[in-house]
Amino acid sequence: MTAPDPSATAPARPAGPPAIEAVDLTRRYDLDGVSVEALRGVSLRIGQGEFAAIVGPSGSGKSTLMHLLGCLDRPTSGVLRINGVEMSGLSDTRLAELRNQTIGFVFQSFHLLARTTALDNVALPLVYRGVGRAERRERARTALESVGLGHRMGHRPSQMSGGEQQRVAIARALVGEPKVLLADEPTGNLDTRNGTEVMAILDRLNAERGVAVVLVTHEPEVAAHARRQIHVRDGLIELDTGAAEGRP
Amino acid sequence: MRGRESFVMALEALRVNRLRSALTMLGVIIGVLAVVVLVSVGTGAKDAVEKQISGLGTNIILVVPGQLTVGAAPTQSRLSLADVAYVRRVVGDPAKVTVSLQSGETVRVGRTEAFVTIIGTDQNLTNVFQRPLSKGRHLSETDVDTRRRVAVLGAEVAARMFGDVDPVGRQVSIAGARFRVVGVYATVGQTFGLSRDQEVHVPVTTAQRMLGVDRVNGLAVGASGPEEVEALQGRVVAALTERYPGEKFSAVTQTQLLGTIGSVLGMLTGVLAAIAGISLLVGGVGVSNIMLVSVRERTKEIGLRKALGARQRDVLAQFLIEAVLLTTIGGVIGIVLGVGGAVAIRSFTEVPASITWWSIALAFGVSAVVGVFFGVAPARRAGRLDPVVALRAE
Repeated sequence: MTAPDPSATAPARPAGPPAIEAVDLTRRYDLDGVSVEALRGVSLRIGQGEFAAIVGPSGSGKSTLMHLLGCLDRPTSGVLRINGVEMSGLSDTRLAELRNQTIGFVFQSFHLLARTTALDNVALPLVYRGVGRAERRERARTALESVGLGHRMGHRPSQMSGGEQQRVAIARALVGEPKVLLADEPTGNLDTRNGTEVMAILDRLNAERGVAVVLVTHEPEVAAHARRQIHVRDGLIELDTGAAEGRP
Repeated sequence: MRGRESFVMALEALRVNRLRSALTMLGVIIGVLAVVVLVSVGTGAKDAVEKQISGLGTNIILVVPGQLTVGAAPTQSRLSLADVAYVRRVVGDPAKVTVSLQSGETVRVGRTEAFVTIIGTDQNLTNVFQRPLSKGRHLSETDVDTRRRVAVLGAEVAARMFGDVDPVGRQVSIAGARFRVVGVYATVGQTFGLSRDQEVHVPVTTAQRMLGVDRVNGLAVGASGPEEVEALQGRVVAALTERYPGEKFSAVTQTQLLGTIGSVLGMLTGVLAAIAGISLLVGGVGVSNIMLVSVRERTKEIGLRKALGARQRDVLAQFLIEAVLLTTIGGVIGIVLGVGGAVAIRSFTEVPASITWWSIALAFGVSAVVGVFFGVAPARRAGRLDPVVALRAE
């Protein structure tokens, strides 16, 4: 997996296998005997440190693709490698570990634990990695500071604005130093100002840390932050602006 | 994830839902409380009865005519003093056999009246039973042989008829006849609910004349050692059956009484424990119910945890530990309240409650097992949730 890195011009770009490599992914759902094909053969490759946006109307299959890329779901057929690891042969337990170590999630509705402080929310992925409490808190503090919330560590989600909550969620996604950050409509529940701020943080993290960011959105101005746009429609990739560099 | 983390997480979840946790625990608390209290009352009753029986004396064999079974109609006795003499020869040691002839009579001193149990007995009573005196003397052989009208009073009778006055040497009227008090027994308490302090002992011969009979109700034999009890019991019954062919005689020993009563009370305690156990079971169902609700309510949280890398067993452990914590914390509270309740019952009522370690250990063990048993289904459901579905849940 040492294909020449397509975006070598970007700063802080580490070498290694592509962050995500999908070949001919399909995903079929059987609902009450009716077979629905959400993805009908999607191939893409996202390099280390790339910033890509998956765009498409609702029902296009972009959420399904996002779940597959995040190893939350398994494809019906096709090959998916995350950071060079083929996922189809992995047990549920190994898959959970893979998510924990290589993927960070940012959701539209934040998904923070209520009645739990920002610091403990951010530290949660490290709990499942078996990191000790003191180290967890230290790393969570650093992550919160990197999203500008060093002064909000003891606050609970209900005491914070939507923008702040999403920044806590970003810090949580980053604390485990993942290879890929998957953001599903990260600005969907935010006003313009907070949305801009969150996107700025994602831009900065991508540029400074070299973490690959895959954004799922239906807003063109949000998608414009990404250097590469992948348009999905009816379970197929309709247009991939980075196809030349991203596909093998 | 480490076990300690799951533990802390579960404790946190219980703390966050304080009221719900407390109400869920309440079912377990009541169940455990019931087990501890009811078993202690049952055990206490058994201990008390056993103490009463062994307080009678040691190695005693009670001989009565007829079949001695629970519920059997009392048999009219045909044992006479001649039969008693015969049994004395069979036993070999005449001093180790005593008799009893009972009747309820009115006792009067001046204007004070009381209805008491008059027992006709003899000088051998104290060779068989433990019956210490507080004043005066026991009945003597001469008293019996000469049909003297003398009486030894139970402690309660003495206190009631004479108050602070020393009764020894004074007169009492029993069923209209005048008797002289020669002694007062020390307080001995109850046996089978009958206060032995309300008895008045008179010579058996005097009692026979007073009642106009020549029979006795039964006799008691004292064996010289525990190993002789059984053989002696057989010998006495065989001898009496031989003397009166076709009639039944029964002899029971203290051990047999203890065994029979012990097993009846043990069964009672078991039934009480089982009833309490059912309430503990119901408490467990409550835990299961709440855990299922909790899993449903926290579906999103479970989805998130899984997305962040929680494995199936991490989620399962979290919810299982939560259920077990609910029942064990409830169990500990129930035990504390149960012990407190048993102590209160013992202090403020006549019921002898005796706390047993096995009932406490059992109650705690059962509540932990209930937690595991009723927690497994909800915890497995949580562990198996599909993260995609769970994250979408509302």
